[in-house]
Amino acid sequence: MESNSDKLKLTNRSKVVSNKKMTLIERFYLPAIFKGMGITFSHFFTKKNTIQYPEEKRPVSDIFRGQHVLKRDDDGRERCTACGLCALSCPAEAITMVAAERKEDEKHLYREEKYAAIYEINMLRCIFCGNCESACPKEAIFLTERFVASEVSRDNFIYGKDILLEPKDAPIDVSKRQTREVLEFKKDKTQSHNR
Amino acid sequence: MDIQFIAYKVILAVSILLISLLVAMYSTLIERKVAGYFQDRHGPNRAGFFGLLQPVADGVKLFFKEEFMPATADKFLYILGPSLTMLVALLTSAVIPWGNSIIIGDTEFPLQVADINIGVLYVFAVVSIGVYGIMIGGWASNNKYALIGAVRAASQMISYELAMGMSIITIVMTSGSLSLNEIVGQQHGFDWNVWHQPIGFFVFVICSFAECNRSPFDLPECETELIGGYHTEYSSMKLGFFLFSEYINMFIASAMISSLYFGGYNFPFMDELGLSHNMLTIIGSLVFFAKISFFGFLFMWIRWTLPRFRYDQLMRFGWKALLPWAIANMVITGFISMLMK
Repeated sequence: MESNSDKLKLTNRSKVVSNKKMTLIERFYLPAIFKGMGITFSHFFTKKNTIQYPEEKRPVSDIFRGQHVLKRDDDGRERCTACGLCALSCPAEAITMVAAERKEDEKHLYREEKYAAIYEINMLRCIFCGNCESACPKEAIFLTERFVASEVSRDNFIYGKDILLEPKDAPIDVSKRQTREVLEFKKDKTQSHNR
Repeated sequence: MDIQFIAYKVILAVSILLISLLVAMYSTLIERKVAGYFQDRHGPNRAGFFGLLQPVADGVKLFFKEEFMPATADKFLYILGPSLTMLVALLTSAVIPWGNSIIIGDTEFPLQVADINIGVLYVFAVVSIGVYGIMIGGWASNNKYALIGAVRAASQMISYELAMGMSIITIVMTSGSLSLNEIVGQQHGFDWNVWHQPIGFFVFVICSFAECNRSPFDLPECETELIGGYHTEYSSMKLGFFLFSEYINMFIASAMISSLYFGGYNFPFMDELGLSHNMLTIIGSLVFFAKISFFGFLFMWIRWTLPRFRYDQLMRFGWKALLPWAIANMVITGFISMLMK
């Protein structure tokens, strides 16, 4: 019976090594050197695998978890109601917020009666798990496929609303991050959540 | 010794100096590019188009680096080391015939700074002094790694100089001259020395790799064991001088290989083309530079193909393989040239 170890090999690239005496030609080493030079030279023309980063970016998945965005609704009002569920769900305790009550003349700015006056995420603490995104009942916070840029100071990694909030004129599409059921539900405009 | 002669020689010497510096500068870029391509990478390509400004950026960086001298170092020798290495590296280019000659009016302008009749010996002598720069630099650093690197450089230089000398002697025997100009001139057309002296050629090439401290003979530096070897304690432009002189040495060694074995500025069918003397000289010089470039590429090609020798292997190879081959080659050449007489 054949033993299993003969059949099962990890790569099939292993070679039997022997300590036989080298032949005269082998002892000159030059043929082997030329062979090696041929191998290196053939690599000269192979396609390079490098991704030229700033110009060329590695494609990321639709649900890549990068830098956060605080969404606005269709009228450009902030969706966040400062309920604190994201901060509660955050395993790295990266999210801090201070809630404030909406004034009468701020209805065009904030969707709910309560809003986050300060909303900060410490990007050095954040582990990009996406729990805040799952916890949010208002579809206010999403992770995007943007990368968090490098900084020279630790303080600069505490992102406030100035960075996190979606700009009014350039909304960020997050529809690919939502399941079909959610997208279907959002069409139902009788629900107050979707109005 | 008229004023025209002196002016011409000064211009020629300065331009050759500048060309060697420029070539050495861009060799650093080409080396990194070639290394990248051999390893399926791109190499430096950010500074300027195709990374062409990279050597400038490197130079500026080296100038602005902190100039650090170890407290226990011998101040005079510490500065002398890199200076000597650089000086010696630049000296060799004087006797290499960079082309035939250009005739303007009645005067002939040879493209060689000094056609001394012992050119080969001169190159040999100057190259041997080159190890003093490394030795002094390594000693003055007062660092054990630097010292080991320097000692290795010295012993390697001595071991490989012998075999190199033997292979040059064979060239001198067949050509009957020590003048580099004459040796190159005799290899007219396609009658290159490499066809007559293949063994000598291999020995010479291998020895010049060792003389330049290039991989696989880079034991004086070997960054993995000796942390840079003789230039461990050097920083800023002094380090730059050491690194730079390595590339100048490579350039000169390629020029020596090309002129001793590959016919220098000679190229096949140079008489059949029916060109004027000046035109032939210009094409010849370009051909010479093409040959130099090829050998420069060979230096890099070998570097990224072969791993470094172990120290005992290096010594065994030098004394027990190269030297006997060189001596055998010399003896056989002597016999054959005597029989042919």
